[in-house]
Amino acid sequence: MTPLLSVVDISKRFRGLVAVDKVSFTLAEGEIFAVIGPNGAGKTTLFNMIAGMLAPDEGTITFRGRQIDGMPADAVCRLGIGRTFQIVRPFPALSVEDNVTVGALLHRSDVGAARSYARDVLARLDLFDKRDVAASALTLPDRKRLEVARALATDPKLLLLDEVMAGLVPTETDRMVEILRGLNRDMGVTILLIEHVMRAVMALAGQVLVLHHGAAIAQAPPQNVVRDPKVIESYLGAEAAF
Amino acid sequence: MRALWGAMTPRGKVLLAVLVVALLAAPLAVNRYLLSVLTLTLYFVYVGQAWNLMMGYAGQLSLGHALYVGLGGYVAAALWVHFGIGPWLGVFPAVAVAAAFGAAIGWLGFRFGIEGVYFALLTIAFAEFTRIGFDHIAFTGGAGGLFLPYEEKRLGEWWNLRGGQDFFYYLAFALASGGVVIAALLSRARLGFQWLAIREDEIAARALGIDVFRAKMKAVLISSGMTAIGGVFYAFYNNSLFPAQVFDIGRSIELILAPIVGGLGTIFGPVIGALILTPLGEILIAATERLGIDAPGVKAVFYGLLLMIIISLVPNGVWPWIVRRFALVKHKP
Repeated sequence: MTPLLSVVDISKRFRGLVAVDKVSFTLAEGEIFAVIGPNGAGKTTLFNMIAGMLAPDEGTITFRGRQIDGMPADAVCRLGIGRTFQIVRPFPALSVEDNVTVGALLHRSDVGAARSYARDVLARLDLFDKRDVAASALTLPDRKRLEVARALATDPKLLLLDEVMAGLVPTETDRMVEILRGLNRDMGVTILLIEHVMRAVMALAGQVLVLHHGAAIAQAPPQNVVRDPKVIESYLGAEAAF
Repeated sequence: MRALWGAMTPRGKVLLAVLVVALLAAPLAVNRYLLSVLTLTLYFVYVGQAWNLMMGYAGQLSLGHALYVGLGGYVAAALWVHFGIGPWLGVFPAVAVAAAFGAAIGWLGFRFGIEGVYFALLTIAFAEFTRIGFDHIAFTGGAGGLFLPYEEKRLGEWWNLRGGQDFFYYLAFALASGGVVIAALLSRARLGFQWLAIREDEIAARALGIDVFRAKMKAVLISSGMTAIGGVFYAFYNNSLFPAQVFDIGRSIELILAPIVGGLGTIFGPVIGALILTPLGEILIAATERLGIDAPGVKAVFYGLLLMIIISLVPNGVWPWIVRRFALVKHKP
């Protein structure tokens, strides 16, 4: 079976600093795949290349058989890749529902249909009761959920989640894990996530890719990754205790 | 349209109906002078709507909309004066020429990432060099102006936009109503949502699959084309066009005040803004004359002071404040 996404030897340099260094991996349809690594390891740069915000200097990215590296972000989204931003970017003056309706309008030209789909998505993300609130009035955990809802409303095949658990307390993290697992199971959305919260990574991911100084140093199921001495040394450190 | 009507509370519906009926009946009740003030008010409702689509919804600041008024007016007037082509036909090339200028400005600005105040400077620059250009075009009378012949015997020719004050009043009413309807429909369509998303956060909009360049181009094309129709009205109502007057930056500022004071990105903002500002200007002229202090600039000083007071009291515009205060629109859309 051809993979949903395949990333082959991609690199990105910023004025001589190698942010991502010949990283390769593939993602099968229906998989949940996590990218972990210390701050500055190149995770977000990797994401931005897949999402079309940055063009790689080398290497290719193929999504559903089409080469997408260097494509603009809106075209990548139209092909079926939704993304969230690590530093959330809601449309502050719009209501929560309107924020998500914008996403739903990508593949629906009728505003009424988009609005009702947006409500379904909001219900999934526990935001239905807050649908009339302006996005600017949401708390950070709610904004993170809104970010996911908005991306999900574009009917992605692949969802890129950039640290959606950061800043959440453990009970909120567990709820988010449950939500994401539900999306993956019920809607068949393949998920690629960047995450620092190991509790969530362990619970969700089938495969984990570890980046360090831009290079992939390990790829394995989570229970194996946390035992990998290289990973412990470079990243997990004291956290590896659990 | 039904969505818009349905969004209003009974009180809002009654007020809108009263406003429409009052405006329709106005020629029966008021004198010629007041009717001319109302005509001007409705004209500013219309061009304010056109500008508001671009700024209030799509978030693109144009400080050169007088360009489109002037181009629309000049094209239709020149076709009429030189070739006898009536304005109902002339409006099409008028819109096309203005939209072509809009497209050029939009393409330069949006393709090369000229944003915010720099984009505004670009719009001013186009209006300015067009003004200077028209000073030297002999075909349209150059700096000396272009005059539309005013003949009593043709006054009834509505098909040539020749008519009296009542005729132009109802024409302005139709324009203003049309502008409101267009703004209402667009703001509730997919394109309207795309504009709002771009206004709020362009990068996030792109990440949701919106072709930002295209949506912005649509905004500038629709806005410039609509404004040009206002320009045709302006030319045939005033019967004269001078480059130094129609393309002046003062004209561009004048037409953006109503939507700003009324409420950016709202459908009734330009309406309420024009209903406040245009009569206010006239009242100030009358008041300063009566008080015997009609020195040059006095009116502008008071006008400016009142503007500052209004904006400091309701920084988001008068309309959003009215909606909150008097519950004219249902909480949930």
